[in-house]
Amino acid sequence: MTTDYKPAIHFNHVDYSIDGNKILRGITGSFPEGKITTLVGPSGAGKTTLLKLCNGLLSPESGEIYIKDKGIDSFEPVELRRKVGIALQSAPMVSGTVYKNLALPVELRGEKYDKKEAESLLRDVGLDEKFLDRKVTDLSGGQQQKVSIARTLVNKPEILLLDEITSSLDRTSLKEVEELITLINRKYGTTIIWITHNLQQALDIGDYTWVMMDGEVIETGESELLRSPANDRVKSFVQGGAQ
Amino acid sequence: MTYLTLSITLIFVVIPLVLSKTLNLGLERDTIIATVRSIIQLLLVGFILKFVFDSESLLYIFLMVTLMIVAATHNARNKGASIKGITWKVAVTLIFVEVLTQGILIGLDITPPTAQYIISISGMVIGNSMVLSILFLNRFTAEVESHQDETELVLSLGGTPKQAIHTQLINSIKASMIPTIESQKTVGLVQLPGMMSGQIIAGADPIQAVQFQLLIMFLLLTTASVTSVMLGFLSYPTLFNQRMQLIQKS
Ligand SMILES: Nc1ncnc2c1ncn2[C@@H]1O[C@H](COP(=O)(O)OP(=O)(O)O)[C@@H](O)[C@H]1O
Ligand SMILES: [Mg+2]
Repeated sequence: MTTDYKPAIHFNHVDYSIDGNKILRGITGSFPEGKITTLVGPSGAGKTTLLKLCNGLLSPESGEIYIKDKGIDSFEPVELRRKVGIALQSAPMVSGTVYKNLALPVELRGEKYDKKEAESLLRDVGLDEKFLDRKVTDLSGGQQQKVSIARTLVNKPEILLLDEITSSLDRTSLKEVEELITLINRKYGTTIIWITHNLQQALDIGDYTWVMMDGEVIETGESELLRSPANDRVKSFVQGGAQ
Repeated sequence: MTYLTLSITLIFVVIPLVLSKTLNLGLERDTIIATVRSIIQLLLVGFILKFVFDSESLLYIFLMVTLMIVAATHNARNKGASIKGITWKVAVTLIFVEVLTQGILIGLDITPPTAQYIISISGMVIGNSMVLSILFLNRFTAEVESHQDETELVLSLGGTPKQAIHTQLINSIKASMIPTIESQKTVGLVQLPGMMSGQIIAGADPIQAVQFQLLIMFLLLTTASVTSVMLGFLSYPTLFNQRMQLIQKS
């Protein structure tokens, strides 16, 4: 899968452990530039951990990670995290209004965030602009998830890491978010790495997929592989259904 | 007061013992231990103080204050065990607060540089600084733990460790200072401060006692704020590593 495209991110024999427990083992592979790659696998497989390695929220225990051919450690952490944005699985909110959350990435740089821009971003993720002055505690889980996605987009990252961002969305919202991310990918050439437990979603939106289990990458390739996996464990995972 | 009258006051220990026994509170053992410990510790302190006051030696004053700081550090550090290097961080904070307060008091000629003043005031300052350290560390560890997601969020958006921990740090500093400020709002209305009562019983002029109490209260405001702020800013960097990552613990 890697030969046709320039890699946006490349892993080379990456291991990661916490307190002696191996969480990731021998991860090697590339995420092609300008493409959408999905990351699927049972929970506890190490998907979130792998994503956090991509923007330096964690560092490998051994092995190397390259961002566009440059070693990840050669980037300043702050610069790296603005370039490689992540929407976290738990969609954490800072207390206060929706506007405060959207303005956060800009205010961390010591600048002010334009309300008009915030409104248009909200509409992009399918929330009415009147939500801007709502307290985040008054929002549903799905609405918070949308705010979290919008907030990640504020830094206009070149690489976008999405961790189960549609898990609490209803069907309509899910489609809206899928369309938005696909649009961002097409329009700006943003590289997307998207963790999902929804295999249909992986087939619908992903160009490529990585299947992970027990801290290892079991199978990679075009998304279609999910229809007829070569590996037996992947086969039974896929047949086990999207959960 | 003679030792005979003092021993009669043990009546006040017998009452809780009887209550504990009849109501099955199970506090007899602890009550007796507490009584014995307080008798031994306080008498010992009394004799040591008498010795130090009589000698008027700077060396002994210095040793006393050092001993207080060591004991207070030991007590407070157990509460922040998860923070790296907590022992010296608490020690540096206590030393700084002690030097700052005594420096102002003696430097501006507010209190005389005698053993009586230095040791009693240091005792209150260091004791309060210790309590504040414990309050702060308890609160800070809890805040950090329960708001890990938000800390990680700010880091992930390109924030620095200081920005990522800012809310938790400020909340913990505030929360640990509130009891000191609140207790000063009602002082004298419900109960007289122990030190003031002691002075009045010992025959001091109430106005004099009040003036001294005010001095102590203001001093403790400084103690509280400097302790929390300093310990806070010394502690938070140990939660992060060189690569601006939250250090992972399971
Ligand atoms: N901070 C942590 N401390 C201990 N174990 C962790 C920690 N973070 C993740 N793990 C463990 O690492 C494994 C992989 O977790 P994760 O990357 O979140 O998997 P996934 O996102 O695929 O569900 C799990 O077994 C999880 O329990
Ligand atoms: Mg996960």
